[in-house]
Amino acid sequence: MRYVDEYRDPGVLRGQLEEIGKFGFHASFMEVCGTHTMAISRAGLRPLLEGRVDLVSGPGCPVCVTSEADIGKAIALAGLEGVTLATFGDMMRVPGPGGTLSEAASRGAAVKVVYSPLEALRLAREDSDRKVVFLGVGFETTAPAVAASLLTARRDGVSNYFVLSLHKLVPPALRALLDMEDFAIDGFLLPGHVSAVLGARAYSFLAEEYGVPGVVAGFEAADILRALCLLMEMKEGKKASVAIEYTRAVREEGNPKARAVMEEVFAPVDAEWRGLGTIPASGLALREEFRLHDAGAWEVEAPAPAGDRGCRCGDVLCGKIKPMDCPLFARACTPESPVGPCMVSTEGTCASYYLYDFREGEG
Amino acid sequence: MCLAVPAEVVELMDDDLAVIEIGGVRKEISLMLVDGAEVGDFVLVHAGFAIEKVDPEEARKTLELLEEYARLDDQ
Repeated sequence: MRYVDEYRDPGVLRGQLEEIGKFGFHASFMEVCGTHTMAISRAGLRPLLEGRVDLVSGPGCPVCVTSEADIGKAIALAGLEGVTLATFGDMMRVPGPGGTLSEAASRGAAVKVVYSPLEALRLAREDSDRKVVFLGVGFETTAPAVAASLLTARRDGVSNYFVLSLHKLVPPALRALLDMEDFAIDGFLLPGHVSAVLGARAYSFLAEEYGVPGVVAGFEAADILRALCLLMEMKEGKKASVAIEYTRAVREEGNPKARAVMEEVFAPVDAEWRGLGTIPASGLALREEFRLHDAGAWEVEAPAPAGDRGCRCGDVLCGKIKPMDCPLFARACTPESPVGPCMVSTEGTCASYYLYDFREGEG
Repeated sequence: MCLAVPAEVVELMDDDLAVIEIGGVRKEISLMLVDGAEVGDFVLVHAGFAIEKVDPEEARKTLELLEEYARLDDQ
């Protein structure tokens, strides 16, 4: 596949690992993108970097950071008469108050897995008697696509198309992490596709206000290792800045058109993140002009969050503990029978570590 | 969840839609979020939308930078 295969030369990776080995110090960097977490685990980079770079996984999986209360609301919406809930597949098995969407579907709720919000919009066009609610979960990569579906719905007068917007924004979460006491990392591996929309300049505060460097990285192992080399150089030279490794997809200014669509439809609101609590202006709600399409405005009764199940997803998401440090990991909680969302999502930190980093007898 | 794959635009259609090809598979997507994508361009596809164009010149430069590491490995 073009722009993929040519980046997979093992000689490049060996050279990069050698380069990283030459720095005479140890560093810890946080990746804040589930696709990076999965790419790092799949390529086996964590053990290869041992003793040199500790890669700590942050709150990079939108499914994982969705609060229990919000999942409860989605499940309650799915149970309403005459409503079809359309969702990305990752949300189906996330446990919330009152079970999972998958269980709700087996009890008769109309839940449809879709690949794109445009498919959800099509469902609404095809059956005007039903209200179709798209479950809007995702970061800045996804929010413009959902916004575009709403603009199309409004233009075409598809009045039975709704969105429950649980979208989250990455930069405010980075700020919240940096403001936490005892948070100590040497730099951020910044998300590639969130940044394709936002641009690298959205993170300038990292270096300017916190003195912490960041590098926007692509998703091949060679991209990630090159970004780590750049971060090591910055640490060595004590010069924090925000750089782009993934220049084939990310511009300093990002994609202004995608951002304009997102901003036309959504406005920032305070949002609750699993593990991080409520972060100011870190979520996206539909603007007043789109109120008729806003499923967030519906009154639904959702069961109260179940409370402590011993799951430490919250601590995993902040990088406070590694998945293996959770007492449930690989015991009560596995991808087949997940207790927390980090084990459910294909890009969840616990699922990635379970599949690729964990060996029986550990943990 | 933020997975996006590079795909070639093979046909432009009405209403900002396009047909793209990924690894031999063709699919209809929306170009509503990008400016000026033409047939032959590569775009990053996420959730049925092109979210950005792939810059061929930058892609080539990155490859050149990476090849430097392979030379280090050969030494």
